[in-house]
Amino acid sequence: MKTRTAAEPMRIICCGNRERGDDGAALLVAERLQELGIEAQIHAGEPLALIDAWSGADDVIVVDAVVTGASVGTVQVWDEQLPSAVASAPASTHGLGVAEAIKLAQVLHRLPPRLRVYGIEGKKFATGTDVSTEVKQGVENVVGQIAALTSR
Amino acid sequence: MSGRATRTIRVDTLARVEGEGSLYIKMVGERVADVKLKIYEPPRLFEAFLRGRHFSEAADITARICGICPIAYQMSAIHAIERALGVHIDPAVRLLRRLFYCGEWIESHTLHVYMLHAPDFLGFPDVIAMARDHREVVERALRLKKIGNRIVTLLGGREIHPISAAVGGFYKVPTKSQLRELVEDLEWALEASLETVRWTAGLSFPDFEQDYEFVALCHPDEYAFNEGRLKSNRGLDIDAAEYEDHFRELHVQYSNALHSVIRGRSSYLVGPMARFNLNFDKLPEVAQKVAMQAGLRPPVKNPFRSIVVRAVELVFACAEALRVIHEYQPPTVPRVDVPNRAGVGQAITEAPRGILYHRYALDENGLIVTAKIVPPTSQNQKRIEDDLREYAAQLVAWPLEEATWKCEQAVRNYDPCISCATHFLKVQIDREDPHGG
Repeated sequence: MKTRTAAEPMRIICCGNRERGDDGAALLVAERLQELGIEAQIHAGEPLALIDAWSGADDVIVVDAVVTGASVGTVQVWDEQLPSAVASAPASTHGLGVAEAIKLAQVLHRLPPRLRVYGIEGKKFATGTDVSTEVKQGVENVVGQIAALTSR
Repeated sequence: MSGRATRTIRVDTLARVEGEGSLYIKMVGERVADVKLKIYEPPRLFEAFLRGRHFSEAADITARICGICPIAYQMSAIHAIERALGVHIDPAVRLLRRLFYCGEWIESHTLHVYMLHAPDFLGFPDVIAMARDHREVVERALRLKKIGNRIVTLLGGREIHPISAAVGGFYKVPTKSQLRELVEDLEWALEASLETVRWTAGLSFPDFEQDYEFVALCHPDEYAFNEGRLKSNRGLDIDAAEYEDHFRELHVQYSNALHSVIRGRSSYLVGPMARFNLNFDKLPEVAQKVAMQAGLRPPVKNPFRSIVVRAVELVFACAEALRVIHEYQPPTVPRVDVPNRAGVGQAITEAPRGILYHRYALDENGLIVTAKIVPPTSQNQKRIEDDLREYAAQLVAWPLEEATWKCEQAVRNYDPCISCATHFLKVQIDREDPHGG
């Protein structure tokens, strides 16, 4: 088991697939945060591996494209309370997405002490398409919110 | 249920498969009148994308076909092109390719056995619900899968859509010490795989057997991954170059994926059961022994028991990975130079779901003129329908909800990857009174 002597800064994990339209939104967030000197991991891999990606961290932010029925580009933040009726962007593997990974981690008692999920509402997830204009505005919104958190 | 009533069973979303499609079953009285596995996911056109590209790009392009079995696509593409160009690889590269495939089998089989298929047998809607009562089991699965991911990441350069495999070898090969770092995890994984066999063998299986033509790659000395002849239990024995002489793809109006059949016969089965039944004697002793203890003796003909067969293949993959690591000496030449020239090459490799056929024709500049890819789910598609035609007949008197669930489970026996074949499955069962009552 990892031991930590000092408080670890918040771990920011941005999930998505650059090749599937709005599902690439969180990856744009990661790139923008990195430009600002803020460490952000890109998690383009299999969603269940997320449970390992946040292992050892006390304060985790997960950014992902979501489908909730809100207007495209809307940013929603789930702090402490997990999203219940949210679907991850439909580009996941065998029906297991980020939302399922979070729910599974909860059952397995492997959630970090604090987990916040920033969801950017997407609309198109077709292969080979670009992130839509409204979603890019959502990306800037999330970048601004996370940058403000890290500067405290 | 009244025997005279017309009934429709409809499931709009079959979960725990990759891709988008639907299943329609029509029952007239006690007879199953029609079964259609409808794949409406749009064609993905990879064969067209490949035309005009240099052969060196094929492995990276085809790896994008699937996030679960990218290595299978890379291996079939690379081996076909190497055959077209007469390339001979370093024996250590051959070993590394086997290890690479072990990683993918561990990832894919763990995902399917534990996350996608086991909930069916235990009566849970999904792995999240299953984890509430079987926490240790799911923890074991997560750790097993992670070990598969480690192998793929080490050899492929990254976990998803790996980038290191190439025509002629690997762009970068691991050191002995890097491989040795995997040993402790793999020794745990081997024990966990043995436990997986014992655990799955304890599940309840429907009494359902079929007379399959099993088709798998067979190698004289080993449980085949990349090389061998394509054989069946009904006399097929061919080289990959003869594949299209013996198999044909048919377009059916209701599906965007082609149905594959054996010429002059019909449907056939590829994947873990076919491999196990045709290559049992090539499994390492540890896998044979645990299979026998689990009551598995070839030929296994009950598709529901494929979950146990996959678990046996997990044992094989872990044992084989350990063997390769112990034998490994880094190649003198990690990647041989491959000059451009014209040629045609075919290869078949064993993806987790079954044989994956690739053919490439190259011009004198090494550019791809034509490409043909036949994925395992396409090959099993007609066989899934044939299974359902027989199995649904056993479910005529069952309550609609349970019958539908059982049919979904029967589809998941095949771990179908519809994305590869052309994503979600919708199931609809129509029941009709033959007398119109």
